Amino acid sequence: MTQQTSTAVTVGEELPPFVRETGLENWNRYAAVNDEFVPIHMDDEAGKAAGYPSALGMGNLQWSYLHNVVRDWLGDRGRIVQISCQFRNPNLKGQVVSARGVVEQVTEEAGVVTAQLRVWTETQDGAKLAPGTATVVLD
Amino acid sequence: MRTNVSDAMRGALGNLLTRRTSYPVAESDIRKWALAVYWPQRPPRAFLDASRAPEDFNPFAWAVATTESTGRLAADANAADRTELLAGVPGPGLQFQLNGGLETEYGAPIRPGDVITSENRLDSYSEREGKLGLMLFTVTEDTWTNQDDVVVKRSRMTLIRY
Repeated sequence: MTQQTSTAVTVGEELPPFVRETGLENWNRYAAVNDEFVPIHMDDEAGKAAGYPSALGMGNLQWSYLHNVVRDWLGDRGRIVQISCQFRNPNLKGQVVSARGVVEQVTEEAGVVTAQLRVWTETQDGAKLAPGTATVVLD
Repeated sequence: MRTNVSDAMRGALGNLLTRRTSYPVAESDIRKWALAVYWPQRPPRAFLDASRAPEDFNPFAWAVATTESTGRLAADANAADRTELLAGVPGPGLQFQLNGGLETEYGAPIRPGDVITSENRLDSYSEREGKLGLMLFTVTEDTWTNQDDVVVKRSRMTLIRY
């Protein structure tokens, strides 16, 4: 059965954005926990040699930001069961990146309420970096 | 028709790339991960208390307890032919690579003390012409289970090479 709303989640609901100004302070911390000390993520010259105007952030950190925006919105109401994204554009130094999401569908099957979301990260100019989808199951 | 997918590469579909076992997950691993991905704000209390790890947590960073592979464990983790080296066949020899995307389904959460096993296999190849020439799309599928053989996650990653 498909329904437009549940007691907890509404179709069309926008998630509060998860916003970070990005640069070496974020990337170095992420490299330190994920052992991701790749030159293009640490050094502007390496980024330029690869054709970019600066060093660029890790796709894996965009991936984490997508989880953060969904998790922060969901709280204790349920759990993330699926996330996907494509890495379309590089996260460059100094960009303000917002992870965002919107609820696209809410279904209930055998008492289990599931919400399908569209999620993405974007720059302050609205350029999409990592568009994708997420699915959450509500408790 | 022009292709970068050799018969040997096609024959390697389904091959194990790596099977890795993590060291037991420590509370501080979870805490530091959460602090890094939420920085400069504080992460949710559950992660500071390390009652469970964030879904995106990687227990294989820095060191693993055991690793095995069908082929040769590549010395350079960023080598463009790394997938095929691990699969035990010659690679396409392309120069550039990008992470095209990820798709993950989650099961049981990771908790302190868990020992996670990752089994990563070569799933598929496809090709299409792009602005930068013939693009090779390689999909690998990675399944993580915990010490109770419960699935933690299944991920499909698309590597783009040209």
